[in-house]
Amino acid sequence: MALHRGRGFACVNYPIGMNLGGDPSQALVHSTPDGKFMVTLSSIDLGQGMKSVTRQIAAETLGVPVSDVYVDTADSDTGPHCMGSFASRGTHRVGNAVIRAATEARTQMLQAAAEELEVDAADLETDGEGGIRVRGAPQRTISVADVAVAAQFKQGRTLSGRGIFLVPPSEVDPETGEMSPVTCFAHAAMAVEVEVDDETGMVRVIEINSAYEVGRALNPKLVEQQLVGGAWMGLSHALYETTEPYYPDRDHLPVDFNTYLMPGPGDVAPHNIAVLERPAEDAPFGGKGPGEMCANPVLPAVANAVFDAVGVRCDDLPITPEKILRGLRANGS
Amino acid sequence: MTSFEFRREFFADERQGQLNEIGKPTIRQDILGHVTGRSPYYDDHLFDGLLHMRCVRSPHHHARIVSVDFSEAARMEGVRRVVGPDDVPKNLNTLLSLIGFGKEDEPLLTPSKVAYRGEPILAIVAESERQARAAVQAVRVEWEELPHVLDVEEALKPNAPVVNATYPGNTFEYYDKYDHQKLRFGDVEQGFAKADQIVEGSYRMSPIEQAPMETCGAIAVPETNDRIACYTSTQALFFSLATTAKLLDMSSARLHFVGGTVGGGFGGKVDSIVEPMSVLGALLTGAPVKFMWDREEEMQVGAPRGAELWKIKDGIDSRGRIVARSFTGYFDSGAYTRLSSYAVVKATGHLPGPYSIPNVASNVFCVFTNRTPATAMRGFGITGVDFAIECQMDRGARATNMNPIDFRILNAYRDGDMKAHRRLAKNTALIECCQVVADKARWIIGSQSRTQSSLRGGGGEKAHVPATVIDEEGRIGDRRRSDVPTAPHSAGGRKRRLPEGSLRGEDVVAAPPQNPDMLGDAPASDPAASPENGRTLARPRFGPPAEVQVDRPRPRRPQARERPAIPAAPARPSTRRPLRRRTSVSRHVSGFRRR
Amino acid sequence: MAKTPIAFSLNGMERSMFVDPGQNLLDALRRGVGDLSPKYGCAQGTCGTCSVLVDGKLQLACITLAEAVAGSSVTTTAGLADGSELHPLQRSFMDNFAAQCGYCTPGMLMAAKALLDRNPSPQRQDVVEAISGNLCRCTGYEPIIDAILKAAAFMRTRGRP
Repeated sequence: MALHRGRGFACVNYPIGMNLGGDPSQALVHSTPDGKFMVTLSSIDLGQGMKSVTRQIAAETLGVPVSDVYVDTADSDTGPHCMGSFASRGTHRVGNAVIRAATEARTQMLQAAAEELEVDAADLETDGEGGIRVRGAPQRTISVADVAVAAQFKQGRTLSGRGIFLVPPSEVDPETGEMSPVTCFAHAAMAVEVEVDDETGMVRVIEINSAYEVGRALNPKLVEQQLVGGAWMGLSHALYETTEPYYPDRDHLPVDFNTYLMPGPGDVAPHNIAVLERPAEDAPFGGKGPGEMCANPVLPAVANAVFDAVGVRCDDLPITPEKILRGLRANGS
Repeated sequence: MTSFEFRREFFADERQGQLNEIGKPTIRQDILGHVTGRSPYYDDHLFDGLLHMRCVRSPHHHARIVSVDFSEAARMEGVRRVVGPDDVPKNLNTLLSLIGFGKEDEPLLTPSKVAYRGEPILAIVAESERQARAAVQAVRVEWEELPHVLDVEEALKPNAPVVNATYPGNTFEYYDKYDHQKLRFGDVEQGFAKADQIVEGSYRMSPIEQAPMETCGAIAVPETNDRIACYTSTQALFFSLATTAKLLDMSSARLHFVGGTVGGGFGGKVDSIVEPMSVLGALLTGAPVKFMWDREEEMQVGAPRGAELWKIKDGIDSRGRIVARSFTGYFDSGAYTRLSSYAVVKATGHLPGPYSIPNVASNVFCVFTNRTPATAMRGFGITGVDFAIECQMDRGARATNMNPIDFRILNAYRDGDMKAHRRLAKNTALIECCQVVADKARWIIGSQSRTQSSLRGGGGEKAHVPATVIDEEGRIGDRRRSDVPTAPHSAGGRKRRLPEGSLRGEDVVAAPPQNPDMLGDAPASDPAASPENGRTLARPRFGPPAEVQVDRPRPRRPQARERPAIPAAPARPSTRRPLRRRTSVSRHVSGFRRR
Repeated sequence: MAKTPIAFSLNGMERSMFVDPGQNLLDALRRGVGDLSPKYGCAQGTCGTCSVLVDGKLQLACITLAEAVAGSSVTTTAGLADGSELHPLQRSFMDNFAAQCGYCTPGMLMAAKALLDRNPSPQRQDVVEAISGNLCRCTGYEPIIDAILKAAAFMRTRGRP
């Protein structure tokens, strides 16, 4: 019996948004009487952080603190249409719709402030802390709260905005496959080091080193959540998961978490992550969605590391001890 | 054990702007609800008199329903209603009909022939879950088993059992013409002939359960004003709402969908089955009805990430450059289409991976087999082929005795390269990711590799669309008549050559804001910033810094390096129209229905 | 079917209700009492999302008979905070981004509380073992382990239970 170390590498890119476009998302923004902002969406927060990232996008665009913005998601009576949370489209599509809606609301807000301060709206700027000031004359200020009160009760003006973001649908040439799939791509590379036991066929992941290019990390902790959790899922796909262990035979189907296997908290490997940021020109503040691509490089990197360790090519996922032992036997060891 | 760092030295000049809230590690808006157990998932709404729905399901892979006797079940304690196929007003649907893609092929409750184990044929609505389960057990069904097919390659053979009557060839049909999606770029046969070595591999992605901790479910509740409220775990609220309205043939205005707080999805909550089922139950009983999958159903009836099979052939020259790559891919769609047809198109647009290869061809099939229909999962259409491509890259590196990172950097795509789907690469960063990982993992790479950049070395010769060999192999129905090979250019039919530079469309950019107030301020030099009506009134100078004026294409920074200019996106994107087909096959294409 | 009357304490409040034979504690808590903090994940005792404390001991509510808690003291995540003041574990989960979809979080918090109640100074491996019956599909566990260790450290310095 021996333990064999090996390392494997993989790199990927990932399309952001629904393939071929044609997937609109809308957002509405309005202010309360005292200048807090509600963002209304029908987009779904599955845990990826939709509510949180759109809140930061809205706050940044409006020029107010994030604590003055609340995002309400997913009531079809109030939230305007959104295609849904899939295809790494949330940040890109919904984020852009929120920018447009918040921009329109901001335009109203600055025009209302201009009327109160008797200046040109073009000379105003927000301080990001709930105030609006005249550029170059910092003593001339008004709070967003006062602007909202004046807008509604004196001027008869709403501080609200609508936004839609759509990448128009692209078609596919049946003969060549010519198409415009998406407008931007995220990137990742990964090295995985494993230890393989040639007696049991067990694979232990020793260390993961990765680099992810995400456009811009709109909230670095939310990005980290995706990358750490996504790599765990990739590891799970590589080494454990299947609904049909003897595919294409439909036997031995798992029906519970005793038979559908995933790595537990004790199987987690150290993961050193680097984030690179190359903003995409049509992404909100440059941010691409990191949610899906993060799992992808793990699968091949683990497979390549197993080959490096024991010379067994596991080209069928998942890489189970059984497959490794059969491979070792086929190799004559 | 986890470390997390930013490598800000890369692309630093492409990031500008002082941002206030963006880039901050602000805690999640929903986190207080999560840690106090108060976040309102769909099942966290209590209703007096809630009824429970369970399905009678097929025990066979493929069978005809001879007879169904639910008389005993209907009389059991607590049973309020037996729901059958006749209760579904429009009992045939395909999910992507909402974007006009594909033919209706799947009933909500199957009336006559089941095509996978677990397919629902009846539903019982009872006062408790236990009563519903007991009644399901009491339904007597007589089945006539039919031959079944579970293997994607077997399913393409002429005598294979027909899984799905809508698609008698056992494949999704693309553009009313082919039984697969083609990609043709250059001349792979010539590429293979010129290569120094050929590397081949075959890879399988396993079916995988999304396994969100919250299973799929919905509660439908009769509301005032003759409406039905539906609390749902869906990942796509209006998608589920529209599917429900369609299947139940009711006005969408009568539906009030509430969701948005979901216990994980990962793609498994797009299929919009629990919503129409629960709403139907509520319509038929006048009471609140919950339809929730238990964990076993979630694992075996809930659609998984489908299995995939990929065969890849590479031709590599003596310097380690991949000069030709061909793919034959099979997505196992299971018994019905759901979303696999679209996964095929997405995967095709992704080929040949993040590499610049002058000759690429692929045939990718969406194949019907007698198993649980597949659907989306995190990495939809991409995860499986990325596994295949990156294992193939490892084979290629070993075949050429190259360090696997050097091999990838040598072949990596860069800004300005023409991709196989005939659009120029931009905003690429693969090389830098490879370099950073090599650094972090202390994996020694060649000095050449360390100095490469995504910004340099692209375009030039690599910016051209090559002369391309096309064929008309694999027309719909061919494979029912005779065994037709599946690999590109393998069937020996007539080939044609498209001249160099052949393009039928152009890149697509986002539709512009509909209203100048949504545009914010912009530098005067940016032509796209001027509203189309030419209005010049002073608009407030504000908004995200220039970099984040993302709704408009930014003019590219002048590049000192020599490479072909990437065509700037048009200044007025609204004047553009999506690529239209000229020929008679235009009708179906991606067939986006314009309403 | 005859129902059985039971009385128990839930998060310090006395509760009484009728339960069906065979009714599980998860259902009794959620639909009987209206405490929605324990979640349904599998009803097979394999995922831990329904974890609660019964007389201080970690139990899976989905495979505990409701009748069995008669006379017992049940604690759920809904009772973890001290009034409006969050428990250090809750605060730590918030600050350390230890939840994404949040569905496993109440069960994780219960497993963590059970650990810290009996071992205020856990090592990393102790935490791993304590939550190994609780599945999470989003986070990859790392942030949860870190959050529990940080909460433990905080509680040792502040002396809060």
